[in-house]
Amino acid sequence: MRLLSHFAAGVIFALGLAISGMTRPDKVIGFLDFTGAWDPSLMFVMAGAIAVNVALFYPTIRRARPVFAPKFGIPSRSDIDLRLVGGAALFGAGWGLGGYCPGPGLASASTLAPKGLTFVVAMIAGMSLFKFAQQASMGRAARKAQGAVQRLGA
Amino acid sequence: MDPSTWLYPLAGGALIGLAAAMMMFLHGKIAGISGIFGTLITGEAGAGDRDWRLAFVGGLLVGGLVWFAVDPGQFALTVDRSYGAVVAAGLLVGFGTRMGNGCTSGHGVCGLTRMSRRSAVATATFMGTGALAVFLVNRLFGGVI
Repeated sequence: MRLLSHFAAGVIFALGLAISGMTRPDKVIGFLDFTGAWDPSLMFVMAGAIAVNVALFYPTIRRARPVFAPKFGIPSRSDIDLRLVGGAALFGAGWGLGGYCPGPGLASASTLAPKGLTFVVAMIAGMSLFKFAQQASMGRAARKAQGAVQRLGA
Repeated sequence: MDPSTWLYPLAGGALIGLAAAMMMFLHGKIAGISGIFGTLITGEAGAGDRDWRLAFVGGLLVGGLVWFAVDPGQFALTVDRSYGAVVAAGLLVGFGTRMGNGCTSGHGVCGLTRMSRRSAVATATFMGTGALAVFLVNRLFGGVI
């Protein structure tokens, strides 16, 4: 039941993406084209999604716990850092360039469309690249800290 | 206005909101696709944390395929983008969403719903650079890149 409901949520999410037109890069790019022939579609997608989510989210989190989990996992951070803004900036540039964000990219790849598949493979590469960059910088920080500790010891 | 400009987006959006609300109600989880998929594909999700991600992503793929059978026009790629541009876009989206901890679903739909400051800043930022990218592609390259 637990896994089936995850699967069902994925199906409903993808149906929403496809019906709304988020899987059409021309629609996404049309929305982002504020100085050209602006297409307001995406505004309606966001409005529909947020309206339904707001109506259900707030009564939900007043409950004691989710149906299949011990507690609600809601992010609590509120700090704005360079990683957040820089990451969002890079993501937006890619989104405007190709017209796909992760969900619609995956839903489009399922149709075996060559460019949809290409996008998803490149997206996986980008995600892996970030993981390696993060590990490398963590390794550098750890070595630096170790060096400082050794100097203090000496 | 043409229904494809408001009715389908509104109806599809409502389904997206429903799926996000389901994830919170049933599992207490944020429906952020880049996080769910990203931690699965890079192996960052632990062994006991993979099955549900796989089920959700499987649902995304099946749902896409179902609607492709109903209305393939909703997947039409009518913009002129070379493979090079698609690869660059994928790299930026993959790297950027992991770095910024979210995409249109996690920061846009879920973050704005719970009025998160971080998500509001992220959403404004990716909409801004997205608009900039479209502006540059359309003005400097005539919409073909």
